[in-house]
Amino acid sequence: MVKKRKWMSTYSDKIFDVVNVLVMLFLLLIFVWPLYFVLIASVSDPTEVLRGNVVLWPKGLSIDSFVQLFKYKKLWIGYRNTLFYTVVGTVVNMIMTIICAYPLSRKDWLPRGFFMKMLLVTMYFSGGLIPTYIVVKNLGMVDTVWAMIIPSAISFYNALIMRSYFMNSIPDSLQEAASLDGANVLQYLVSIVIPLSKPVIAVITLYYAVWHWNDYYTALIYIYDRNLKPLQSVLRDILVSVTTVSSEMALTAEDMEALQEKIKLGQSLKYTSIIVSIIPMLVLYPFIQKYFVKGVMVGAIKG
Amino acid sequence: MNVNKNPKKGIMNRLIHDLKKNWLLWIMFFPVILYYVIFCYTPMYGIVLAFKKYKMKLGIMGSPWVGLDNFERFFRAYNFWDLIGNTLGISVYSIVVGFPAAIIFALMLNYLRLGKLKKTVQMVSYAPHFISTVVICGLLSIILDTNTGMLNKLLNVIGLESISFLAEPSMFKTIYVLSEVWQSMGWSSIIYISALAGVDYQMHEAAIIDGASKLQRIRHIDLPSIKSTIVMLFILKLGNLMSVGFEKVYLLQNELNFSASDIISTYTYRVGLEQSKFEYSTAVGLFNNVINVIILVSANMISRKVADESLW
Repeated sequence: MVKKRKWMSTYSDKIFDVVNVLVMLFLLLIFVWPLYFVLIASVSDPTEVLRGNVVLWPKGLSIDSFVQLFKYKKLWIGYRNTLFYTVVGTVVNMIMTIICAYPLSRKDWLPRGFFMKMLLVTMYFSGGLIPTYIVVKNLGMVDTVWAMIIPSAISFYNALIMRSYFMNSIPDSLQEAASLDGANVLQYLVSIVIPLSKPVIAVITLYYAVWHWNDYYTALIYIYDRNLKPLQSVLRDILVSVTTVSSEMALTAEDMEALQEKIKLGQSLKYTSIIVSIIPMLVLYPFIQKYFVKGVMVGAIKG
Repeated sequence: MNVNKNPKKGIMNRLIHDLKKNWLLWIMFFPVILYYVIFCYTPMYGIVLAFKKYKMKLGIMGSPWVGLDNFERFFRAYNFWDLIGNTLGISVYSIVVGFPAAIIFALMLNYLRLGKLKKTVQMVSYAPHFISTVVICGLLSIILDTNTGMLNKLLNVIGLESISFLAEPSMFKTIYVLSEVWQSMGWSSIIYISALAGVDYQMHEAAIIDGASKLQRIRHIDLPSIKSTIVMLFILKLGNLMSVGFEKVYLLQNELNFSASDIISTYTYRVGLEQSKFEYSTAVGLFNNVINVIILVSANMISRKVADESLW
């Protein structure tokens, strides 16, 4: 009896393992292929891509579309803006997050509980789109770079991750020692807490930087000036602009040709612009992914 | 936590004492207070707009009160039930598919013996989480394109007609949910993977000796061990039931799929910023937010009673 059950379970385990590996391989394909396709499509001959001949490897290698893209000035303005928003925004985020998280991690700070509650409320309840918009508008930030940076200066979720790291990974005795040595809170924070918190600081910096890089919403709401639009807004214009042909239009052969050229160009621009926008990510990702994961683990500690 | 340490002293005394002792912390925290007052609490006060008729010249304070008129207008709007239905439809659909997907993915990864494959799958599955919504929607429009899209080419190969996926209202929710799963399954699984790593291996050893199969071990050891993680994440998910991500729906929306893709957040944006009906949009947003909070609080309460797990 026991023998039979054992045999049954090894048998079902074998099936389980095989199915498992097959599913994983399938998922691998699903995760990788869309991005891989964009990559090979961007260096292929646009006509071949339109015909659907590009599936597994590039056909008719050409870098024409990249040359075209370099002439597309709007994209580079967007790129420059996004670089600025990402760098300045992340610096502001980090300063604000640290000065938010540190006092809230101090058990001997009287109003800690009160402020924790007040800030937690904002995670679940907010004024909403229009009341926030009115505040930003009244501050004169609409259509300035500040709208991209100041209203999103702190993500309380990230501050909570940092706070729980401060509380769990830095021994209280260090603070007593520092105060015996005559160091004030600021000196202690800068010379002891921050250096000891490098892992969590790295993770949260990355979180914020990725957020800024991918942020489309903020600009949609607050930025109308074309010269201030971030990369994602420009990308949206390229990716979503549909070149539709209405059948009622009487088209001469030449018109048709010109139109086809336009569609082809529009298509290849899509692939190249996606590649250009995610290149920083693609290059850095293998090196930094373990830090991202670490962040989830740190955040999982119930603080 | 120290609030009750010196019950004899009044709150003012303790505050003054703390200001003297921790004045640097107060100064350090001051910009944070300023930020939250300006960008979170002032807008919360701005919610009164929902009960007023907004006059630009008079500002929020001076505008006349109209009671619940704005809410009534919303409840009577011709598309009220469409908006509610679409919002709830998309979010329930994505919880039903997406929530178990991450758990199953984590469980399968946990039993994968090929270390290299496991690492690769894990690393690759996190990647989509970092791709912007704009790019995701661009990828979708490329792959789902009626004439040139790869999915339609595939359908043609097996002898089916092309489908205009993005123009088809009945397809919208599925496209939204499946792409959501693609983007977030790996990332959401991390927390379960780490919970599974904490399961005591002795239990597994004992089960193996008793002849339990892997499926039985999942059912009787792994799932009960990560139950509290699952419940907590589920409550959090429920708390966002009425807030479907604005960006993706907005970007995938077009005139043709509108009947299935107009949700409360895109409606708030459209009537608020595109049509400048500030007070009306605020009312719709507030309605949405209140429902969310109610769902979150009651989900938490129910789970505390039923499963003895809660967020607070």
